[in-house]
Amino acid sequence: MTGVLSLLPDGRHGLLGAPLPGAGLPGVVESSDSVAPSGGEDLARYLAEGGYAPLPGAGQPGVRAPSDPVAPSGGEDLARYLAEGGYAPLPVPGLLLDRIAAAGLRGRGGAGFPAAVKLRAVRDAPGRPVVVANGEEGEPGSVKDRWLLRHRPHLVLDGLRLAAAMTGAGRGCVYLSDAGAEQAVRRALAERPCDPPVDVVRTEHTYVAGEETAVVRRIDGGPALPTAKPPRPFESGVGGAPTLVANVETLARVALMHARPESADAVAGTHLVTLSGTRSRTGADAAALVEVPAGTHLKVLADLCGHGRAEAVLLGGLFGGLHGAGWTDLPLDHDRLRAAGGALGCGALHFLHPEDCPVAAAHEAAAHLAAQSARQCGVCVSGTGALAGALAAVARGEADHDTTDRLRRWSEQLPGRGACGLLDAAARIAGSLLTHFSDRVDAHRGTVCPPCWATSNGEGHRFTVPVP
Amino acid sequence: MKLLLDSTRCQGYGLCQEPAPELIDLDEWGYAQLRVGDVPPGDEEAAVAAVAACPNSALRLVK
Repeated sequence: MTGVLSLLPDGRHGLLGAPLPGAGLPGVVESSDSVAPSGGEDLARYLAEGGYAPLPGAGQPGVRAPSDPVAPSGGEDLARYLAEGGYAPLPVPGLLLDRIAAAGLRGRGGAGFPAAVKLRAVRDAPGRPVVVANGEEGEPGSVKDRWLLRHRPHLVLDGLRLAAAMTGAGRGCVYLSDAGAEQAVRRALAERPCDPPVDVVRTEHTYVAGEETAVVRRIDGGPALPTAKPPRPFESGVGGAPTLVANVETLARVALMHARPESADAVAGTHLVTLSGTRSRTGADAAALVEVPAGTHLKVLADLCGHGRAEAVLLGGLFGGLHGAGWTDLPLDHDRLRAAGGALGCGALHFLHPEDCPVAAAHEAAAHLAAQSARQCGVCVSGTGALAGALAAVARGEADHDTTDRLRRWSEQLPGRGACGLLDAAARIAGSLLTHFSDRVDAHRGTVCPPCWATSNGEGHRFTVPVP
Repeated sequence: MKLLLDSTRCQGYGLCQEPAPELIDLDEWGYAQLRVGDVPPGDEEAAVAAVAACPNSALRLVK
């Protein structure tokens, strides 16, 4: 039920597949059938009404399903990948690193840290580095990493090989929890063994399992739970070695920037995003995995999956908080979303229908985070529990001014106090609800809100998007 | 000197705060919350005492 769409200008190479020369504009084909029938605005109608005016600086966006990079056998076609310039030799690793720095590629796991800075830090740290392709996406609203591993394992492994060359690593690792992803990666490794040798490490699928110190701890044989920082993995990671933990989309972009040097800036300035929203009454879920140029307005993305009339958006999976009035003008951009008090995170956007309730969404998100706490940090156990409990009280109409005062105080005092970002996410959910929807919070006092009532035991299931 | 708190180890004993109230607060659940990262000149002894007071080695000092 999740569509896969490319919004890149014709001819531009992306991660969802090779470009389709001459693909009509707008040629709308869906690789699966979920984009339109949500009961909301659908894409074909939007286009017919003159939607999709060119974005400034974004060229002529086309909307199309990418050509399928998946071979009939189910895996990525190695012969085709090689023919498109995959696995090309890298005689001077420093040149690719300079290209990555010049293009300003930022990590796609959530923090948006400059990729070249991380690569150099690992390269320059004492010891023989380890490189890790992190494919464990704990955000329930994100599917891009699992999609990439299932459908483009060679692209990711190529990026891992290049990262190893740039850092001088003697060992690589693909870290994942998804069974389909594991199968695809193992098949790709059997087809074309990697140099340096690459292990596949299976983990559990939890919110925190993809956090970089949890990744290191799991690969070293421990539980997939975060540790206190410092040290960070680039200083002391797997087996104590300097370790690059890189998101699989970041690595896929590195591989594409190597194969297509002329497009490096465009590749670095492009995002995979997962779009989802309030389900319709029929249960149909308009969700999509979309590749889109940075700077695209969120309204364009909402329209794409039938959520153009959304009242609010939850940014960055559960990490970037809720945004209300004015969300349509927000651009898909790390720095500008941060300046607006949000976060792009892993690029997952969840749109709330006008008949939905932001209090219900905030409560359900906080309850999910509280349930997903690693229960290592006392402040996280107490803090997420308190936030979720107070939001539940607001949702039930039982909150008073003291409740909202406490929520405000916690949203300011709790960020940064846990070993990972989970507590920060829960605090931001509460803080953004009070900032953007104080009237809605007030209106809940002493009343029963139907959407809140309907989702009172949801624990975050509404945010889960099926992998296409 | 920098005072670091490993929040996975803090059990909320609260013993660190007594020798170093300028450096450490206790939150409403009793967990330590650093007031500063860098230890101000003159507070080094208090920082050392706070580190020593924790029965679970949640605090450490780095240069």
